[in-house]
Amino acid sequence: MIELKQVTKKYGKGAKTTEALSGLDLTVHKGEIFGVIGHSGAGKSTLIRCMNLLERPTSGEVWVDGVDLTKLGKQQLQTQRRKIGMIFQHFNLLSSATVYDNIAFPLRLAHVDKTAVAAKVDELLQLVGLEAHRDKYPAQLSGGQKQRVGIARALASDPQVLLCDEATSALDPQTTDSILKLLLDINRKLHLTIVLITHEMHVIQSICDRVAVIHQGGIVEEGTVTDVFLKPKHPVTREFIQGQAGESAQLALQAPHDGSSRICKLTFLGEKTYDSILSRTARETGVDFAILQGTISKIKDIPYGQLIVRLEGDAETIEKTIQRVTAEGLDVEVMN
Amino acid sequence: MWGLDFSVLDWNEIGVASLDTLKMLVASAVFTFILGLPLGVLLYQCSRSSSGWVRAVYNILSVIVNILRSVPFIILIVALIPFTVSIVGVSYGVLGTIPPLVIGAAPFFARLVETSLREVDRGVLEAAQSMGASTWQIILKVLLPEARPGLLAGLTITVVTLVSYTAMSGMVGGGGLGDLAIRYGYYRYQKEVMIISVLAMIVLVQLLQMAGDRLVRHFTRK
Ligand SMILES: Nc1ncnc2c1ncn2[C@@H]1O[C@H](COP(=O)(O)OP(=O)(O)OP(=O)(O)O)[C@@H](O)[C@H]1O
Ligand SMILES: [Mg+2]
Repeated sequence: MIELKQVTKKYGKGAKTTEALSGLDLTVHKGEIFGVIGHSGAGKSTLIRCMNLLERPTSGEVWVDGVDLTKLGKQQLQTQRRKIGMIFQHFNLLSSATVYDNIAFPLRLAHVDKTAVAAKVDELLQLVGLEAHRDKYPAQLSGGQKQRVGIARALASDPQVLLCDEATSALDPQTTDSILKLLLDINRKLHLTIVLITHEMHVIQSICDRVAVIHQGGIVEEGTVTDVFLKPKHPVTREFIQGQAGESAQLALQAPHDGSSRICKLTFLGEKTYDSILSRTARETGVDFAILQGTISKIKDIPYGQLIVRLEGDAETIEKTIQRVTAEGLDVEVMN
Repeated sequence: MWGLDFSVLDWNEIGVASLDTLKMLVASAVFTFILGLPLGVLLYQCSRSSSGWVRAVYNILSVIVNILRSVPFIILIVALIPFTVSIVGVSYGVLGTIPPLVIGAAPFFARLVETSLREVDRGVLEAAQSMGASTWQIILKVLLPEARPGLLAGLTITVVTLVSYTAMSGMVGGGGLGDLAIRYGYYRYQKEVMIISVLAMIVLVQLLQMAGDRLVRHFTRK
């Protein structure tokens, strides 16, 4: 659906040039929710703004829905942009227009007739749950409500793609969750492709199907959220995930152990999360275990659990235990 | 009272003069708006362009605007006499004052327009751009409505400035309250006429400012 090919973006001229994106390749499939995560200054905003050419890449191609946007003339680009909705961190609503007029704005730009505009706006107000606020001005709304207006406005021209630039970063955790839930609903109901950028792992974990980690203008890791989240490879990715898991996992790894005991991280995914694999195996092999740390959570709607345990016994028993649980479908990582 | 005798006043003449001032004011305000608004939008658009020669156009326009703003109005009137005659046929009276008023005030208003357009949140412009708005649509449907309170405030300041310009034009036979004040108050030492004329202008400015503030408040949504 979206394909970036060798996209480079440089800001400034001469000695003051900063390269925000360096020959970046990226593919987003139709109908998925694709997340991009990275630190401040990594190039996230530049990346998403290249996807509708708000920022024109210095070189490279930007394909959206089979069209290379970088090759289009001004008017053709304006037409193509109607197929690409965008929402912003600071909402960017027209302060002089009511909720209704804000949502109607893209339709009026496209000269849609009045009755069709009214029907569409009513439908969208209902979708985002703002029927009661149609005649208010943005200044009279809360942050979450403003973002709902932003979403409704972005959906007005029936886009194929929705780009979200830090759409929840200005919101409190509860409001963030309700906006994320709305995005997920829209993705399912309208089969809309969503690209969202964030610096919060929590956002990726809640709704994304695939994720790319961006660092210093390049993608350093990419894959399904479960793969990247449960088996991070790049140090930057690990950092984001550790930030998420917090201190307790660090402490667990520092637990005392002698020569033969092993500290292991066991990852349970999907149905196995609720299975008693560990105690069953321990009974069979006669291994002892101490639970040092445990989490249970969800990636989108797949449950997973992670357990850091110290396995105690002779080397052979421990080895057999690890083989058994691996055969049962757990992922085992020996930490010492 | 203070040696003043208001019984000598010719109220009829004061009435005619007030009406003349209003005529000059309304006509010059309308033309200043019609000329200054597009000029301000042009200044704003050129200043944001990344193309080298558009920026050159901006610099030229900017210098012209600055020159017109720095010439004292009284000199502008005199300098513009040939131009004024070629447009309205006379260089004195209500009609002859309107062209210099407009030429004097339009650049001033254009600068105020440029400034208030710059205050419009860049993010909103970007949002419109991302929705496929053309440059004209952005100007007409985003910039001008979003800047409306600022534009109205600028217009109020301009009209108030025009009141004092009309008074100055009295110096060179422009008609209106300023003319009256100069002719009677200054040349014939009739302080009473001067006082009444000045009072009338004070009241006018107060009313204009109040109306302007009201409008600004009405359209402010922040
Ligand atoms: N308009 C600009 N002019 C010059 N440099 C810019 C511009 N926009 C971004 N940059 C630079 O490009 C790099 C990437 O910026 P970008 O805004 O894409 O980062 P980001 O990942 O979105 O960061 P944040 O999380 O803080 O929003 C930064 O080094 C930044 O300084
Ligand atoms: Mg950013």
